[in-house]
Amino acid sequence: MRAQAKQRIAFTVLFIINLLVIVPVALLVIFIAVKGWRAVNWQFLFAFPSNGMRAGGIFPAIVGTFYLVAGSLVVTLPLGVLAAIYLYEYAGNSRLSRIINLAIINLAGVPSVVYGLFGLSLFVITLKMGVSIIAGALTLAIMNIPLVITASREALSSVPHSFREVSYSLGVSKWQTIRHAVLPYALPGILTGAILAVARAAGETAPILFTVAAFYLPQLPKSIFDQAMALPYHLYIISTQIPNISESIRYGTALVLVALVLSMNLFAVVIRSRFRKKKKW
Amino acid sequence: MRIKAIKEFFIEKLIFFCGITSIIFVILIFSFLLKEGLSFFKEYHLKDFLFGRHWYPISEPPKFGILPLVLGSLLVTLGAALISVPLGVACAFYIAEVASLRTRDFLKAGVEMLAAIPSVVLGFVGMVTLVPFIKGVFNLPTGLTALSGSIMLGFMAMPTIVSIAEDAITAVPKVYKEGALALGATHWQAMHRVILIAALPGIIAASMLGVGRVIGETMAVMMISGNAAVMPHTFMQPVRTMTATIAAEMGETVQPSGHYFALFAIGIVLFIITFLINFTADFFLHRIKR
Amino acid sequence: MVRIKIKAEALDIRFAQVRALKAVNIEVMRNEILSVIGPANSGKTTFLRALNRMNDLNPDFKMAGNIFIDGEDIYGGMNVNLLRKRVGMIFALPMPLPMSISDNISYGPRMHGIRDKKRLADIVEESLRSAYLWDEVKDRLYLSALKLSGGQQQRLCIARTLAIEPEVVLFDEPCSGLDPISTAKVEEAIFKLKERYTIVLVTNNVKQAARVGERTAFFLNGELIELGGTEKIFTAPKDMRTEDYIRGKFG
Repeated sequence: MRAQAKQRIAFTVLFIINLLVIVPVALLVIFIAVKGWRAVNWQFLFAFPSNGMRAGGIFPAIVGTFYLVAGSLVVTLPLGVLAAIYLYEYAGNSRLSRIINLAIINLAGVPSVVYGLFGLSLFVITLKMGVSIIAGALTLAIMNIPLVITASREALSSVPHSFREVSYSLGVSKWQTIRHAVLPYALPGILTGAILAVARAAGETAPILFTVAAFYLPQLPKSIFDQAMALPYHLYIISTQIPNISESIRYGTALVLVALVLSMNLFAVVIRSRFRKKKKW
Repeated sequence: MRIKAIKEFFIEKLIFFCGITSIIFVILIFSFLLKEGLSFFKEYHLKDFLFGRHWYPISEPPKFGILPLVLGSLLVTLGAALISVPLGVACAFYIAEVASLRTRDFLKAGVEMLAAIPSVVLGFVGMVTLVPFIKGVFNLPTGLTALSGSIMLGFMAMPTIVSIAEDAITAVPKVYKEGALALGATHWQAMHRVILIAALPGIIAASMLGVGRVIGETMAVMMISGNAAVMPHTFMQPVRTMTATIAAEMGETVQPSGHYFALFAIGIVLFIITFLINFTADFFLHRIKR
Repeated sequence: MVRIKIKAEALDIRFAQVRALKAVNIEVMRNEILSVIGPANSGKTTFLRALNRMNDLNPDFKMAGNIFIDGEDIYGGMNVNLLRKRVGMIFALPMPLPMSISDNISYGPRMHGIRDKKRLADIVEESLRSAYLWDEVKDRLYLSALKLSGGQQQRLCIARTLAIEPEVVLFDEPCSGLDPISTAKVEEAIFKLKERYTIVLVTNNVKQAARVGERTAFFLNGELIELGGTEKIFTAPKDMRTEDYIRGKFG
């Protein structure tokens, strides 16, 4: 039975390795929560930072993150969904579609700080948008395109081919078929992609470093051409650039950011799994 | 009827345009990097840039040798790969082959949650836990070291490696495993003797994509691996990666200046490296699909 | 000459390297029911799908020859969506869309621009009656079509196709998944349809072909072997292969 014993040992080791990876994640979240929850109250969430960030709240950072996320979604979602429609419904297996796929893979692999450089060069300088919400949002939008395309493509491919066949056989045109017999049933998957894109845009620091992020603003941004504060950048600043800040403010900020991002991811995962199980066809 | 046909014609043109935007953006990114970065090479030699051992951007005259930065990136990446590849592949095997359905969903969700945590948060947590820990355990002057960076980045690369390796493992035709079992092998033996080899191209691709992710990582590594742009000798010293250099110094440059363009030149190097890695990984992935 | 509705000349169809139809010449008369029989892979479904250009959806599709409907070449510049409106198709597996019964039926007319609710309701009722389904579902038109039985779903698909007012209706092995009672109901519906439509029925059930079709065509390996009045084909076929297939010696 030596082989069986070896197997048991091997499988136990594998299981432990899995735990080694998963448990720290849970520990990390708990750790931040425990150390930070005391700081998080209504005042923290809705007040401006004061006393050189050492007191007060993180309201402008939350607002800035919200603007950035909304702005980038407005661009990424239609662009990504339509691109996925092109790839799945129109392009087939041509050479062009293989090149597009390669481009998507590469966009997905570009380091986030390089996106920051790109955003700086194109939006801030060449297009003269300055360090602004719109520059940051557009940079984040381009960064998120592969994610939205991939999720949308998966959503489109999960719609049974028979829906399309039936629609075409009734003399319905291609675009109308996509719009009425495919898209409505791909929506949950597309929604998942949108939520994941939002979560990612909320948490990324490097792309916004040179394109929008401000160290401190006394007022909320009034237009898309203003600078803005943002949660991830704020966390970076108060943990590396400002000495003597109370621990709980740092952990509190981290907690707000992590809670925001993880809850969105969880939401997306739940939608996705319910969609996969509950498909009525 | 004709109005509808015209409307559809324009919609389909729009769809086509959106389809090719990915290509447009890749070209745009590379072009703008080149636009700013190539100005650098008018005044500075490529050889001195790539192989120079001194990165002193604010001295007079400035020196822009990126070798310490490249080595910094490589060191951290190597360390991260040594951790994440074996662990990640092991996780992938467990998830794909051994775990029950419920465990599998749970584990996959856990790995996805890890992927979701913003890198600045990981950097922050690493700063307050991992860095002091390393300092204490190894008795170092500072815990901001390549080792700390490697450990953290090893974790961050796991989700990529686990998910792609898991796809590769489940893509192995069942007959391989069944054949081995029929010949009397245990499940474990079938796994590490047959499936592993069959899934190897995909596992290599997964590792490469994980490495690609690590090389591109900025915030976490900036916050915990120190910021000393010197030639690294061991894991136990602070290093500077290419990404951290760009992130840390861009705010201090005046545009246009040699320093500013130099940072873009580093950006070009990063872009090319990750392009090559992704291209090669994709090549391996397509070998599976055949 | 006016009696010919569909005419296929020298029809040759390939999918990548596979030759599905070889030099087929065939005519379908107005308002007749033509049964098409033959073993699997004989090309009968390919032939059917050529009539409403559904083969176009397959990227490997290559065709030589012509198909004329009412004298017009359907591959020669005719709008393919308008063609499919004139030539409807019922598939082998019932494929209801995941919507209510009423929405399923009105899907086609709505997509073609009919918005008036009264008119849509009338179309729904008329189509369901023609498909012999109205009495069974008239009280639950707003329930999901997925809750119907297999036979009812297939008749729903017939009603859905009739709602777009085609001239020709193609049936691709419509009863292959159905029980005998549902099959009988579908066949009853097909019989009645002949008064207003031209019908081509592909079936792998030889007895069904004998019951329903007025003329029968026998396909084998992509070729049209024999075509003639159903009674004659079944009692005194000219070709040995036809006889062998009908007798059940193969297929």
